[in-house]
Amino acid sequence: MNLEQLNRDSPYLMGLLGGIADPEIPVVSIVDLGIVRAACDDEVVITPTYAGCPAMHAIESEIRATLDAHGYTHTTIRTTLTPAWTTDWMTESARAALKGYGIAPPPRVGKIGTVPIYSVYFPSCPQCGSRHTERLSEFGSTACKALYRCVACREPFDFFKSL
Amino acid sequence: MSAHLSYLLRLGDSSLVLGQRLAEWCGHGPQLEEDIAMANIGLDLIGQARMLLQHAAALEGAGRDEDRLAFFRSDREFRNFTLCELPNSGLEKGHMQSGDYAFTIIRNLLYTAYQCQLWEALQSSTDTQLAAIAAKSLKESRYHLRHAADWTVRFGDGTALSHQKAQRALDALMPYTNELFAPDAVEDALCAQGIGVASFSLYASWTSAIEAILQEATLKMPANQGPSTGFISEGKHGLHSEHLGFVLAEMQSLARQHPGATW
Repeated sequence: MNLEQLNRDSPYLMGLLGGIADPEIPVVSIVDLGIVRAACDDEVVITPTYAGCPAMHAIESEIRATLDAHGYTHTTIRTTLTPAWTTDWMTESARAALKGYGIAPPPRVGKIGTVPIYSVYFPSCPQCGSRHTERLSEFGSTACKALYRCVACREPFDFFKSL
Repeated sequence: MSAHLSYLLRLGDSSLVLGQRLAEWCGHGPQLEEDIAMANIGLDLIGQARMLLQHAAALEGAGRDEDRLAFFRSDREFRNFTLCELPNSGLEKGHMQSGDYAFTIIRNLLYTAYQCQLWEALQSSTDTQLAAIAAKSLKESRYHLRHAADWTVRFGDGTALSHQKAQRALDALMPYTNELFAPDAVEDALCAQGIGVASFSLYASWTSAIEAILQEATLKMPANQGPSTGFISEGKHGLHSEHLGFVLAEMQSLARQHPGATW
């Protein structure tokens, strides 16, 4: 998103869209996740998280319904692929909300670099905070998550992968 | 058909057909976590296919959309690499047999390692939409490669039986990788325009990436003649193995019996 777009953004519209929860993770909004890239009177620009994420369709319908309900029937929804979505766009409050919901938030891609072939990242347990955790599976209940278990409190938990 | 369209179909159809093959594991995975992993990777691949076929349909400008391309073309019109359509059961047992997980993992290893290199290079394509799709897909493909590499090591460096199955899958699949790197008129034309990547230029780095993983897995690189002199399958030209028809029959039957059906 460039400065020109930022300046065009309507705070009121962003606020409206900020009320739409992610269909899979209801504690975070689509704005907090970085799915909404721009919102002005003419158009709302969104970007998919994962290319095949089935929630994207639901998200687009929800945006349409919200826009229509508030008189923005002329506002179009455009999907863009560039720049590609990254978990680094997730706000701090979204990360905190994820943790409170029992999902370990993703580390910043800027910090860990690209996905290494062998080394595994061990997030701390969102329940007890222990750093002694183990990976059960690289893929979890949705495309964006991996399945982990805390060795200290024995609770399994989801980890939101860095992308 | 223009070379540009043919190239997009080659990549899009390969993702689609492999995605469909991985989806066949749904409910049949060797363990719950792997069942879920295959569904997730399959979904990512179908997501890639959707973006690529959408782009192909727009380029074609004939009023078709990605669903039309996926569900209403026959096997001769598909341009996927033969590697992606081979049955999950391996080459010896034939179709409709239960899956061989080593075969699935090794195929994912060989193909997703290729995809990682291809997406990396295609990020600078002069086709900006293709470059955007490559940048997006690269991030997901890295996770797919990581999963496949992890299981390749577990199988290869596991029990005598798992080692033997992984080696057998590797020996059977390796000749089909030649097609990924063999130059052809379509690719040459697209390279000249800066749209495509000369995949033969990726062969050396792909080979060393695979060799490093195989070494960790105590598996032996099969004696393969390579894309210059070895066997080259021809799926990307629309000449497929006997297996693709079965994949398409299953994938397309609902859309063809109930045209326009929605959930």
